[in-house]
Amino acid sequence: MIFYVVRRVATAVLVVAGVIVLTFVIARVVPGDPAATWAGPHASAAQVAAARRFLGLDRPPAVQLVSYFGGILTGNWGVAIHTHRPVLSDIGQAAPASIELVTAAMIIGLVVAVPLGLISARWPGRASDHTIRAGSILGVSMPIFWLALILQLVLSDRLHLLPAAGEFSPSLLFTHPLTQVTGFGLIDAPLTGNWPMFGSLLGHLLLPALVVAAYPAGLLTRMIRAQVLDTIGDTHVQMVRALGFRERTVYGRFAMKLAWNPVAATLALVFGYSLVNTFLVEAIFDWPGLGEYATASIQTLDTPAILGVTLFIALVYVAANLVVDIVQASIDPRIRLR
Amino acid sequence: MIEAPAPLPAQAAVVPRGEALRRGLRANPLMALGAVLCLLIVAAALLAPALAPYPADAGSATHPFAVLQPPSSLHWFGTDNVGRDVLSRVIYGTRVSPLVAVFVLVIACVIGIPLGVVAGYFGGWLDEVIMRVTDIFLAFPPLLLALALAAVLPPSLTSLVIAIAVTWWPWYTRLIRGQAASVAGRPYVESCRALGIPSYRIVLRHILPNSVTPLIVQVSLDFGGVILTASALSFLGLGAQDPTPDWGLMVAEGQNYFTTAWWVVTFPGLAILVTAFAFTLVGDGLRDLLDPKRIFLR
Repeated sequence: MIFYVVRRVATAVLVVAGVIVLTFVIARVVPGDPAATWAGPHASAAQVAAARRFLGLDRPPAVQLVSYFGGILTGNWGVAIHTHRPVLSDIGQAAPASIELVTAAMIIGLVVAVPLGLISARWPGRASDHTIRAGSILGVSMPIFWLALILQLVLSDRLHLLPAAGEFSPSLLFTHPLTQVTGFGLIDAPLTGNWPMFGSLLGHLLLPALVVAAYPAGLLTRMIRAQVLDTIGDTHVQMVRALGFRERTVYGRFAMKLAWNPVAATLALVFGYSLVNTFLVEAIFDWPGLGEYATASIQTLDTPAILGVTLFIALVYVAANLVVDIVQASIDPRIRLR
Repeated sequence: MIEAPAPLPAQAAVVPRGEALRRGLRANPLMALGAVLCLLIVAAALLAPALAPYPADAGSATHPFAVLQPPSSLHWFGTDNVGRDVLSRVIYGTRVSPLVAVFVLVIACVIGIPLGVVAGYFGGWLDEVIMRVTDIFLAFPPLLLALALAAVLPPSLTSLVIAIAVTWWPWYTRLIRGQAASVAGRPYVESCRALGIPSYRIVLRHILPNSVTPLIVQVSLDFGGVILTASALSFLGLGAQDPTPDWGLMVAEGQNYFTTAWWVVTFPGLAILVTAFAFTLVGDGLRDLLDPKRIFLR
């Protein structure tokens, strides 16, 4: 087991190094002169040259790569052009809101996917199965920026069921301001006993979370259906049947248990995908997370910020995959030997 | 005495061409639905000039006196903020993101297949290098890397195709490599080698044809995914630019008027959904027919 973990961590470190190099390469792809952009449209040639020296762009690429690498490792991810703040502290401030959003979406996705996947697998080929499969494919085919706009129009603008945008009602800023402890509003509010704020946060979270949940719900429903159908004929499941357990229990307890392992692997993947999907909806819902930060950076052509967010999400994604692999290997010894 | 020749073993029931497909469609009505929708989309793309009521509106035409009109018998899908007919633009849109998807998938295959075959057949350090490179690309969720690339490239359809294709090939390299490696170990390939057949011939005649099936399925499944990615990037302003009738771009342009003019956003978005849905249904059905296990939906 230890050997497996060491090997897996070593590959992850290699991949991270590669990821850093790749973001560096992307930054160099930028057409035009970053120094000229940095110095502004009316800068003189001397000022641009000074900017080039300041940004280190006059050094050979290999030296630049090494210093970029060192910067990433020591927490110096550059300065964002549109906020004039260090990229890493911008990301640190924005990440909790996105992680809350994606976590809520994953929970909604699982709550929808587990029963639907089981129903679909229990009566394959029936109308219920076809409907659920069509629904799950619809979920993964959904342009979520469009779903966000439609749901916002219908549920909040027309029906006034849910708040349209923002993280909480602005009036609470004066009556019940949030005390920062962890940076995660949904954890800080109950910790500090700020219940009005907690309710407002939850209410504002629901609509964007529903939108982001479309993809996880669709994908996981399909996964669970396929996995359960795969194992339902196995001898140990037949054994459970022969022992006289009810069909419900056979599917819900025993077949589902076997499906969890591949589903868990997919969860890491879906988490990463959904984190990127927030790029498409946070600006619509005015949700102050990584997605909104990223779209603002894209609009201002803020290369350090764009690459910082890219790198950050890639690191989260690699870490999530690493954790899932190790957890799976500790549950299932066959994986360690691969 | 000459023994009568033993009767030839009865051939396995010959399934006439097309019969397997017909059976598959009956077992999977969703695939039939997807196939019909796909045909309609392709027809719309081919016949766009004949189908669109106002072909000029797919370009830079403006009609200042017909701005943001609701759906009517004149304009079934209404008009946009410069008075262009949304229906015509949606119809012409079948020539934009589906075509982007075709280009992306072709480029991804052209890069991915050779690398995968080389890695899988020859193995060794070459395999190691190619696979570590794909690991790095696969460490990004696909939309993320495409987004970062598209953000630094000048916004255009070409940049869009490049950005997505660069993120897409490693999946195919992986898939083909696994197939090629398993085919390379089979006895008939070994006998080819023993006969002294040059490797390029073994690869082209034996390895490639025998490892390509799952790739075909994956490519058809990915069609919808690429369309979604492309329209997401266009929505963020990183793809097609204004007069191009791109669905993602139309949604982005319509969102400023959305509360008063719902049709400008609704119909192009619906077109993205239906297209991605249709192609995914077909890909999904093909997967069930050809290869139920190996491929997963992205």
